[in-house]
Amino acid sequence: MTASLTLNKITAQKGIGITEAANRVADLGWTPSYVQEAMTFPTDYKISKVARDPMKQVLRSYFPMQEEKDNRVYGALDAALRGDMFRNVEPRWVEWMKLFLAIIPFPEISAARSMAMVGRLAPGEELRTGFTMQMVDEFRHSTIQMNLKKWYMENYIDPAGFDITEAAFGKCYATTIGRQFAEGFITGDAITSANVYLTVVAETAFTNTLFVAMPSEAARNGDYALPTVFLSVQSDESRHIGNGHSMLMSMINNPDNHLLLERDLKYAFWQNHAIVDAAIGTFIEYGTTNRDKNKESYAELWHRWIYEDYYRTYMLPLEKYGIKIHHDDVAEAWDRIVKKNYVHKVAQFFSVGWPVNFWRIEAQTEKDFEWFEHKYPGWYAEFGDYWKWYGKKSKPGETNILFDQENGYVYPHRCWSCMVPCLIREDIVCDEVDGKIYTYCSKQCAWTHKVAFAAEYEGRPTPAMGRFSGRREWEDCYHGWDLADAIKDLGFVRPDGKTLVPQPHLRFDDKEMWTLDHVRGHTLQSPLRLLRELSPADREKSLAEYRKGFKIRSFN
Amino acid sequence: MSAQVQTAQLKSGAAGAAVFAGSESRKYNYYEPKGRKATHYEDMTVDVQPDPERYLLQDWIISFGDGRPAYSKDSTAAKSSNWHKFRAIDQEWERTHYQRQSTICGMIQNVIDNGRKSGAASRFDKTWVKVLQDHLGAYKHAEFGLGTATMQAQRYGYTQMINNAVLTNSSYKLRFAQDLTLYLAELGIDIGATLDTAAGKKHWLEDPVWQGARKSVESIMGATDYLEQYFAINLVFEPLVGELFRSGFIMQLAAAQGDFITPAVVSAAEADYERNLANAVELFHILAHEPEHAAHNQGVFNGWLAEHGALALEAAKNLQPIWSQPRVKVSSFADALAAAKNRIKTITTEVGIRAPASLTA
Ligand SMILES: [Fe+2]
Ligand SMILES: [Fe+2]
Ligand SMILES: [Zn+2]
Repeated sequence: MTASLTLNKITAQKGIGITEAANRVADLGWTPSYVQEAMTFPTDYKISKVARDPMKQVLRSYFPMQEEKDNRVYGALDAALRGDMFRNVEPRWVEWMKLFLAIIPFPEISAARSMAMVGRLAPGEELRTGFTMQMVDEFRHSTIQMNLKKWYMENYIDPAGFDITEAAFGKCYATTIGRQFAEGFITGDAITSANVYLTVVAETAFTNTLFVAMPSEAARNGDYALPTVFLSVQSDESRHIGNGHSMLMSMINNPDNHLLLERDLKYAFWQNHAIVDAAIGTFIEYGTTNRDKNKESYAELWHRWIYEDYYRTYMLPLEKYGIKIHHDDVAEAWDRIVKKNYVHKVAQFFSVGWPVNFWRIEAQTEKDFEWFEHKYPGWYAEFGDYWKWYGKKSKPGETNILFDQENGYVYPHRCWSCMVPCLIREDIVCDEVDGKIYTYCSKQCAWTHKVAFAAEYEGRPTPAMGRFSGRREWEDCYHGWDLADAIKDLGFVRPDGKTLVPQPHLRFDDKEMWTLDHVRGHTLQSPLRLLRELSPADREKSLAEYRKGFKIRSFN
Repeated sequence: MSAQVQTAQLKSGAAGAAVFAGSESRKYNYYEPKGRKATHYEDMTVDVQPDPERYLLQDWIISFGDGRPAYSKDSTAAKSSNWHKFRAIDQEWERTHYQRQSTICGMIQNVIDNGRKSGAASRFDKTWVKVLQDHLGAYKHAEFGLGTATMQAQRYGYTQMINNAVLTNSSYKLRFAQDLTLYLAELGIDIGATLDTAAGKKHWLEDPVWQGARKSVESIMGATDYLEQYFAINLVFEPLVGELFRSGFIMQLAAAQGDFITPAVVSAAEADYERNLANAVELFHILAHEPEHAAHNQGVFNGWLAEHGALALEAAKNLQPIWSQPRVKVSSFADALAAAKNRIKTITTEVGIRAPASLTA
């Protein structure tokens, strides 16, 4: 919107217009004849020579426009300090930013890196130019977010957790989902990762909840900095979405690509849903103190941004090219959010694991209960007592809720695919891949690991496709460790050497804060290891039990 | 009710509102700054790209089809016992990058606008206009090629510091390629139909004078080792061909042909290169003096220097005829080449490797 206005204004005084300028710039490329460029990032897709409708853009208008945007952002941050923003900010909100801002700069810079992968595959130089600008944009996003985080660290009441941010990102049991998100952009088939997963799905569908819905909630909590930065970030996204669509259009007319496109749209949509909705849904619903019943809930936002704007107006039209769209998955994602309480279960899981996090999570209270019940009828019956237990167990001296035997919560299995645990208990899938047992949160996630990330797809060789690797189950890394030792190893201890970075409350007072001594004496275990050790019959029994779920004991 | 209002007033989320363990921990504390104090650039950059040997507890969790992880030390032949040591000398993060790029765009635009107002292009020597059309027009493609090569290279580095330095290098190269393209197009408007804006690409693709340069650039674009690309661009091609043409030809000769505008446009690239060079020298110096792999790395660098040096020297020599084309001759190719050789000698000495005699004598 403002982008094109500014472009017009700048180019109006010039000798040549934007279209001519873009055409000339596009003529900079040539086909090498002495030495060929190596296809170092392979794809199983076939790409036609001509891009469809790439955006017209040149760097001489791009840089001044971006600098202008930056000036507004940094001006607003200064103004926020002058206006004493932090005196009125809600700590409940800022605490969750320790998690969010630990995650997001790596996905952003990964998007920059992934431009190398599509850059070489780009049909036509105009689109390659688009990718180069996106590369610089993503460098902008990553470092502007690191700057915002530093700014919170310098000005917010409790800097602990911001101070260890990138170390925490690599280790925490919650950030693992953010790494799955980012690595999805940069590994495997270049089109799967850098085009379908990153642009066609993450940027086109999910940045609206990330960068538009979240800023609104920030503002409701007295945080005017996050909206300033993230709306500025989002203003670059329309360009990226245009790049991705143009690339998609250069493949979609070739029926040879349809099978792979269907695979990748399905994988990317489901995994974006599982990861982004888990994180952003929690921030928006549980990180807020604003309980205005007239505002949209995350479910309502999802319906607007993902269902209406993305599914109906972006995805459905792809059917006319002969692509089969995964309607069932969209419906199922919606059900998970509105009927199966996905976001609420994620927030519950994050809070259960507070000792191995690196931010503060306070209990939800009566005022919150009313809003949740209003927006999600039946919420109170399922979650009300849990949060009361959580409030009770927030005092040092109590058993930390992760190991508390009184409240009735049962620690979940992890999903091997999206890294969010199998929280909708009845949907857990246990399956075997290459002779090993794995657990998944859903049949879609099982399919992602077993069918999509494989060397062959429906009889067609897919050598370029990525593979799941690493120690994907976080709990496995600390199997058999004492909780206090694990927290020390994680680095989630404050500079005094004993007080924990995470706290299950917002009481900024040493007397109320948990130390290593309060959590010692509990042993962490990997649910997957335990499951694998069982005999097949016992495993079935254990899973049947798991599917029945658990009941939080009533709190009196 | 009034009690609630009171607590609300007492509550503040601002730094210093309460004192407790960690309440003064207001610095990123997970890395060793290069100097005594962490710089803003370091805070924006260090450890954003994780490393299984530092904090990446679960290792890389998605690999390529052939098992390669997201980032691997094997993406280059060079070795390091500490890839995290390097810091970019120019300390760029997004804000400084956009400020600098935007300032250059504004500067170039001013030069072009003022030139247009004063009718400067009409006073360019006619022969010189053709030189710009053919040869500056050809050279812009070299810049573009190096821009796309660095765009590729920024995917592979083992740390955020390396990759971001390569990324900004790419951004500078691509901007300059566009600067030249649009400058020549603007010049076409001022001069009229006599300036053929398509000629440059034709010369780049076909003129024997430019084939050495094209081969040299394509060899860099086709290299699969990202540090080889970064090395060949900044330590070899730039001094031997890029600067030779920009400084040794355009900047030296333009004024004598009545052209005060082109040097201003080209000067931006000279300043860009100083920064990219400083970054590259720092990185390769660190690697050439590696506690464990110095000898290995010097061997690798010497190999790159020999291979890309031969191509770049050939490219430079091919350019010789251009020096005799302007009507007013104020400097010679021999002088320019001698300066280029001197430059590469200085650069390699700074890095701590030895350029072969063919490149320096
Ligand atoms: Fe971004
Ligand atoms: Fe983006
Ligand atoms: Zn899953």
